Amino acid sequence: MNSPVYEPFLQKPRSFYDTYERKSGIKEVTHYCPGCGHGELHKMIAEAIDEFEIADRTVLISPVGCSVFAYYYFDVGNVQAAHGRAPAVGTGVQRARPHSIVMSYQGDGDLAAIGLNEILQAANRGEKMVVFFVNNAIYGMTGGQMAPTTLPGMTTTTSPGGRKVEDSGAPLRMAELISQLEAPVYVARGALCSAKDISRTRRLVRKAMKVQVEGRGFAFVEVLSACPTGWGMTPPDSYQWIHEKMKPYFPLDVFVDRTDETFTAPAPKEPVPLEKYHEVMRIDSSDQLSFPPAQPLDPKYANPRLKIAGFGGQGVLLLGLGLAQCGMMEGRRVSWLPSYGPEMRGGTAHCHVNISDDEIGSPLVSQPTVLIAMNQPSLEKFESQVAARGLVLLNTSMISKRPDRDDLEVLDVAASEMAQKLGNPRAANMIMLGAYAGYTGMIGEKTIEAALGAIIKKRHLIELNVKAVAEGFALGRAARG
Amino acid sequence: MPETAYSPRPACPGRAPLLIKGNEAIVKGALLAGCRCYFGYPITPASEIAETASRDFPAVGGVFIQAESETAAMNMVYGAASAGVRTMTASSGPGISLMQEAVSYCAGSELPCVVVSIMRGGPGLGNIGPEQADYNQVVRIGGHGNYRTPVFAPSSGQEMCDLTMQAFEVADRYRTPVFVVADGFTGQMMEPVTFPDPLPEPPEKDWAVRADAATRKNLISSIFLDPDELEAHNRKLQAKFREIEENEALYDEYATDDAKIVVVAYGIVARVVRSAIHAARDEGIPVGLFRPVTLWPFPHRRLDELAGRAARLHVFELSCGQMIDDVRLAIHDRIPVGFHGRMGGNVPSVEECLEVIRKAAREGGVL
Ligand SMILES: Cc1ncc(C[n+]2csc(CCOP(=O)(O)OP(=O)(O)O)c2C)c(N)n1
Ligand code: SF4
Repeated sequence: MNSPVYEPFLQKPRSFYDTYERKSGIKEVTHYCPGCGHGELHKMIAEAIDEFEIADRTVLISPVGCSVFAYYYFDVGNVQAAHGRAPAVGTGVQRARPHSIVMSYQGDGDLAAIGLNEILQAANRGEKMVVFFVNNAIYGMTGGQMAPTTLPGMTTTTSPGGRKVEDSGAPLRMAELISQLEAPVYVARGALCSAKDISRTRRLVRKAMKVQVEGRGFAFVEVLSACPTGWGMTPPDSYQWIHEKMKPYFPLDVFVDRTDETFTAPAPKEPVPLEKYHEVMRIDSSDQLSFPPAQPLDPKYANPRLKIAGFGGQGVLLLGLGLAQCGMMEGRRVSWLPSYGPEMRGGTAHCHVNISDDEIGSPLVSQPTVLIAMNQPSLEKFESQVAARGLVLLNTSMISKRPDRDDLEVLDVAASEMAQKLGNPRAANMIMLGAYAGYTGMIGEKTIEAALGAIIKKRHLIELNVKAVAEGFALGRAARG
Repeated sequence: MPETAYSPRPACPGRAPLLIKGNEAIVKGALLAGCRCYFGYPITPASEIAETASRDFPAVGGVFIQAESETAAMNMVYGAASAGVRTMTASSGPGISLMQEAVSYCAGSELPCVVVSIMRGGPGLGNIGPEQADYNQVVRIGGHGNYRTPVFAPSSGQEMCDLTMQAFEVADRYRTPVFVVADGFTGQMMEPVTFPDPLPEPPEKDWAVRADAATRKNLISSIFLDPDELEAHNRKLQAKFREIEENEALYDEYATDDAKIVVVAYGIVARVVRSAIHAARDEGIPVGLFRPVTLWPFPHRRLDELAGRAARLHVFELSCGQMIDDVRLAIHDRIPVGFHGRMGGNVPSVEECLEVIRKAAREGGVL
């Protein structure tokens, strides 16, 4: 048995540091206990890095566990991660630097308990990384507590009477679990207990690294590894125990190997030049038209605070958006605030719109100067909020009652019926928009036409909506007399 | 004067504004600031951030991943930040709770990144209405260890863009995670926003692990086993936080010149109160508004100055009173501090705020 610990490696891989300067105390030996499997696996990984000459672009994610200090040893880019999160951290590194070779190195508490979600999801996404999973059936670092891989009946500091499957479940077979997913390219289990197993494991490690060099995707190598300290055994007894007890439960195998499939790595993404950003992000406003601000037909209509309400599906949010868009295109300050969430699921919707010559304070319209009510519940709900002598536009197709208050100025618009005549009852909102603009003079008719182009995504509906606006506008103007 | 009055970025001449949701403006601002990697998990009222990011990040050649949880999302941010790339995530209170582990690791490992919190009603699942009850979570920090995070608090669509951009600059300048916090309304609201040109590519970070020969010897870690070393690391972090306190506090004011009542509010509440103050001024009440634009560092010196000339302060929040602690500390409790808070997704109306201001004026004897 060639145990690497507490003696310098005879032939140190190049991607190992010569001396471990990040370590306190003796710089020549690792921090692992005698007989521990971590050091042996480190060496195999380093040898593979050497062979493929990838040290410069390799990033090792160290876990929390006994191998938390893996970065003492590997002369590669090193990132230390929170307990169980190495696959997520590795995902971040790999996606940010697509040319990188990312290795996640984790113990069984780290990977199979606290980090189970992160490992399964990274494997399922097929992240380009290799995960080395050290299964020593115990929590080494924290002093020998039960791990998800602790064998049934095995005594640990938190399973003093032996692991009871009824209480703690059966040990997790991670390699088998991961091999059930679609994405992984290579999934295997090795062991570090005999010369034969060690050389076989070395081949598994090499192959998993090759998957990374070729950029094929996710590779996972589980390694049954001795923790003589945690198990309370001598190193030789530990190796025997792996052989006798662990292997029967965790069979050595290659579960997935898709390394023979033909594969062409996707071409790297071309960066978009900065000059193109506005266009690509759809915030290029260079073709946005602007109009001189329309003047209200009565000063009392200036700086309106609008509340627009109706059933979900009546397009009240779009109506509000249209008003805000128009106001903005006429150089005014505007705000649009929707009711959102469960409120909308109840079937009613409303929004708050401010159009103002001055800076807008509250976007919330608690005392509207204009209420556009598309249905009767909206009138009932909001009538009392309307400011004294405020304007109310009623969709009389849906509202049979009159406002209770007598100080309000009311404009009746049979919007739904008018829209129906145009061929689509859903255009009632645009009839209302036109009616408001025509009646108050607060928005120019041309502005509305241009605004609809900006806010209506379905191009074929624009013509109908423009017609609806025109009818509403004419009605509003006529009502003014 | 190290605390600065917030001056909006000069509008880009000839460029028209676009009507856009606050949540979307955050994403656009982030990309214009050179952010290249977005990792997130959906939650109302922040979901439009992930939705917009899923379209816009890949469109400019960047990365979008819908993570399996906020825990994973923030750890992905930790990874991308380790690799030296500008990166962000966004969520609301319940998700921010899950992110705190990795935020602490970012602070400990000195990794720049931006975390957006669009606050909703709590505690627990609460509701999705607007609240400011996560002030303590982000300002007093929700993770473990000695650290602080700069916190920007936009109150308009334009600021959602501009302050997000600024957040990336501050994050890189100090190698620290930075929060942008707003409430559900500011996230959902649409306002005209003028977008600036993209910032030039930030220089490569020589401390990062970029998977190249130049940075091969680098290590990203928050581990310091030796007590003296960890203490020294903490002292270094604290020195950095003092520097941030010195240089990065931002505030905005309205009608404070002769104000005897100074209202303190941030985010959406500052907007509502501003309207109420406008009305109160018409009634002759000498009231003004002090709006912290950064919640940490809290602009305490300027507030203390204003308190020196005022009879009382009045704090408005969408919470049971969280920022008020910082207000009282800032002025050493030397004048009375009143409070008006709403919770559960309720936002006070202008009229409600006006009534509170009238009462404060009567009680403060300034009428
Ligand atoms: C969030 C969190 N919970 C708990 C711990 C304490 N802890 C450190 S290592 C460890 C177990 C590690 O065991 P394993 O992953 O099996 O690695 P080993 O030490 O056996 O190599 C635990 C629970 C921690 N660091 N962080
Ligand atoms: S406690 Fe176990 S896993 Fe940890 S170093 Fe010692 S032998 Fe290795």
